[in-house]
Amino acid sequence: MTDKPLIIVEDLAKTFVLHNAEQATIPVFQDLTLQVAAGECVVLAGESGVGKSTLMRSIFGNYLPTQGAVKVWQDGAYVDITKANPHEVLEVRRRTLGYVSQFLRVIPRVPTLQLVMEPLLENGVSFQEAKDRASELLSALRLPEAHWDLPPATFSGGEQQRVNIARSFIRKYPVLLLDEPTASLDAENRAIVVRLIKEALAEGAAMIGIFHDLDVRDAVASRLFEVSQFKAAA
Amino acid sequence: MNAIPGRIAPAPLLSVEGLTKWYGHVLGCRDVAFDLRPGEVLGIVGESGSGKTTLLNCISGKLTPTSGEVRFDTRRFGLTDIYGLSEPDRRRMQREEWGFVHQNPRDGLRMRVSGGANVAEPLMNLGGRHYGNMRQATIDWLDRVELDTRRIDDKPRNFSGGMQQRIQVARNLIHGPRLVFMDEPTGGLDVSVQARLLDLLRELVRDLGLAVIIVTHDMAVARLMADRLMVMKGGEVVETGLTDQVLDDPQHPYTQLLVSSVLQI
Repeated sequence: MTDKPLIIVEDLAKTFVLHNAEQATIPVFQDLTLQVAAGECVVLAGESGVGKSTLMRSIFGNYLPTQGAVKVWQDGAYVDITKANPHEVLEVRRRTLGYVSQFLRVIPRVPTLQLVMEPLLENGVSFQEAKDRASELLSALRLPEAHWDLPPATFSGGEQQRVNIARSFIRKYPVLLLDEPTASLDAENRAIVVRLIKEALAEGAAMIGIFHDLDVRDAVASRLFEVSQFKAAA
Repeated sequence: MNAIPGRIAPAPLLSVEGLTKWYGHVLGCRDVAFDLRPGEVLGIVGESGSGKTTLLNCISGKLTPTSGEVRFDTRRFGLTDIYGLSEPDRRRMQREEWGFVHQNPRDGLRMRVSGGANVAEPLMNLGGRHYGNMRQATIDWLDRVELDTRRIDDKPRNFSGGMQQRIQVARNLIHGPRLVFMDEPTGGLDVSVQARLLDLLRELVRDLGLAVIIVTHDMAVARLMADRLMVMKGGEVVETGLTDQVLDDPQHPYTQLLVSSVLQI
């Protein structure tokens, strides 16, 4: 473990330009600065539309920031996600930077167990070990075993969300971005996810999260981060 | 605190520079440049007539470009401009180190010989002489692409479109290529078959560490298959980047139009 921050966001700005809507520009934030250390969970706060998800997606490299840097600690150095080549970003995502979105987006017709094993297989873990760990995690998330051989397309929202969580927590990512991972879960399942998050933090993961559920937020947050303080002028 | 690059990137397997093709006065593609590394999947998207297939044909050695270079890290000569090789050397390199999956399986298969012979042929072309070994390799590959191995001696026309496409995939991977070109590989298939074939292709790419260049006009296919994308319009690359970034936060007006025009179901 390192005492350096695992994520450094520096002077980040994001403005959307919609070329097919009369060049409409939508400024979201500017001069945004944030650091997250190992074992810390920073929860993004602010009302809808303030740019929480935009910030998270910019950190993941999913959105292209207009200015600034997003540095992620990997192999004893920082990789700037905003300037790295696609293959470098993918390498950071494969080994260091995980993202749990609200939605499950996968190839149709692939069985659930296989989807959960995939991140391990991509990292060279053997088939058997991947299978064991995926089974363990799906059991912990209380996804009925009868579902494991089925593709998740027909699952309920909460079940799909747990598959998504399993896919991200199976790899112990040093840096994890959580975009409302408990949005469609009932209280018991939320508690399980909170436990998973706390375990990962105790092992030294750095996290940035968006949680609308206040119980979950209070249970996991090290501190809150108001995105609105960096609101860009329209 | 300055960001320093994490690891030294592996050398490119393929390096394209200034690639331009004119058909007389009509532009095919202009000034295309990119590097491709082992294990990387590059998607080329754009609508019909945008120059995707012209570009693919130029890169894959089927169509001599008007100018520019296509350098490939060949086993025999190292990183070499493929159009600088003699015709026989280039053909040999294509046979040994590349695969090409056509949109229409009939363009990539020999319809008069059996499915099994189609799969085994690349091994024979590369000097395989042991019939038993080649038959076994063929059975292994038919199994891998989930075809009934008992049908090894059936002619391609007796297989469905999706099955023919699997035969074509097996035929193009059996000899252990390092780079595979795919031109709308799931284009003519039912969506039900499409999903399974995409999953299979992805699995093979991961397990074999292949580099792939896939041309598609289907954004969903691009999202699922490609690590990064090149968006083409009127023969030029208008945007390039990580697949999810190009699709979720497109920068160029044309890409924004393309992405926002995808029908949701």
